[in-house]
Amino acid sequence: MNLLQQGAEARLFAANFCGRSCIVKERFPKKYRLQEIDEKLTKKRLSQEVKALQRCRKAGILTPIIYFVDTTRSIIFLEKIDGETVRQHIVSVRKMQEDSSYHSIYPMAREIGKILAKLHDADLIHGDLTTSNMIIKTSDNKLDKKTNEIFLIDFGLSFSSSLAEDKGVDLYVLERAFLSTHPNSEELFSVLLDAYKDVSKKSSSVLTKLEEVRQRGRKRSMIG
Amino acid sequence: MPLTVIGFEGSANKLGIGIVRDGVVFSNPRHTYVTPPGKGFLPRETAKHHREWMLNVLKQALTDAGLTHADIDCVAYTKGPGMGAPLVSVAVAARTVAQLWNKPLIGVNHCIAHIEMGRLITSADNPTVLYVSGGNTQVIAYSERRYRIFGETIDIAVGNCLDRFARIIQISNDPSPGYNIEQLAKKGNKFLQLPYTVKGMDVSFTGILSFIEDAAKNKTLMAEYTPADLCFSLQETLFSMLVEITERAMAHCGSQEVMIVGGVGCNLRLQEMMEIMANERGARLYATDERFCIDNGAMIAQAGFEMYRTGLKDATYEDLLEESWCTQRFRTDEVEVTWRDP
Repeated sequence: MNLLQQGAEARLFAANFCGRSCIVKERFPKKYRLQEIDEKLTKKRLSQEVKALQRCRKAGILTPIIYFVDTTRSIIFLEKIDGETVRQHIVSVRKMQEDSSYHSIYPMAREIGKILAKLHDADLIHGDLTTSNMIIKTSDNKLDKKTNEIFLIDFGLSFSSSLAEDKGVDLYVLERAFLSTHPNSEELFSVLLDAYKDVSKKSSSVLTKLEEVRQRGRKRSMIG
Repeated sequence: MPLTVIGFEGSANKLGIGIVRDGVVFSNPRHTYVTPPGKGFLPRETAKHHREWMLNVLKQALTDAGLTHADIDCVAYTKGPGMGAPLVSVAVAARTVAQLWNKPLIGVNHCIAHIEMGRLITSADNPTVLYVSGGNTQVIAYSERRYRIFGETIDIAVGNCLDRFARIIQISNDPSPGYNIEQLAKKGNKFLQLPYTVKGMDVSFTGILSFIEDAAKNKTLMAEYTPADLCFSLQETLFSMLVEITERAMAHCGSQEVMIVGGVGCNLRLQEMMEIMANERGARLYATDERFCIDNGAMIAQAGFEMYRTGLKDATYEDLLEESWCTQRFRTDEVEVTWRDP
């Protein structure tokens, strides 16, 4: 198996599963932390990921298909999605055009907002939303037009909750990762939030919480 | 022309004054306000401590460096973030000497100073930075002229969590509560499962603090666990979370260097864990010791030096004096980094 990438939680390998190309995600023991902590986290995150991937598909959110799970070795065999991460996509689009604005990717931001609204309306919290954890797959359809599909990945920190607080924090985590990864993208992120607002049925309480969480960050006394 | 900068730091309970000339630390004396066990430091008393020790530390900084005020080219001080009263007491002193000596005065962001001092001492080029102290917990990486915050605590700082736990079990604050927890933790070996709260690249500590606070007061539980076991469990849990979010940020940014700065950064167990993580992914760890991890004057001087030679080189004495205020809230990503390549 070829090592594709070493993420923070797992190693990703390219492999073949019954004739289909797949991604093997192995949560290997992290030697820096105590075995007691490591085993508990690994076990919990593996099962959280598997559960969330299935619930997402039921809710109509695109995620990789699970082919096989090996709980003793903490390995998941996943469908391989051909595409690039949203992060790579944004960076390359910005490099290609002359001005450094994000206008051309507003439709994609709207699409992400809609997906997150669906996710939260199904009472699912991703737990680690960043632009690295979204894959954009471009395919040509019959009319010679390109269509973009966005897949969510990396559900290790996900859990199920109906609380506006958890959903607000989920969006806050994304906002922070978004703005620090893509400089001056405040407008782009607000496009995403607007789409979230339009689609989600419970958006008002979530967005109020989001504002509250933001305030918490600001009010925190920052000494030494 | 060599540039000699004196830096004044006093945003928390440490008063430090350091002199740096072109990247060489000439002197860096410090005096810490230590409170009795079970007590934290309050703004008023801390400011009083800084005022009382100001002249002594300043004289020592000049004597240690073997310089007089005539050799100084620029005065730097902590503009924020920090506790209001101590910040003001130090800013007033810095402003006074700047006017007495007729030198330009530069306000420095405390967090940026930590990063720049770390880069100077370790020669790390473009590291992902874990900044951990009594008031801050941030994972920072540089891009496009800003130090951008990728991960952060969403409530209290990790050092604050440790300090408050030290108060609960009445550990000495001398030299610092964190240091004493670290020593006690070495004697602990029985692990108590604590909550583990990582939210993406962010962390939360308040739940852990309340949990361990209850545990420490629970007599049945304390028949099984010693205070040393609790210190051990707390450290292991908190540091695992910190290393994890740092690794997440490194994976996200594709970074191969990691640096720890801030007071909690001199904890050897944290450094050890970070090193194992770095080795596992073929990255390199840069860490410093207590002289430069803990708040000090030289770091303010170093950041002031970088600002003075780049972004502020054409600023007039009057403009700089006009701008010499301080603030309790001052985000790391507010500062335009003029001294690094975009």
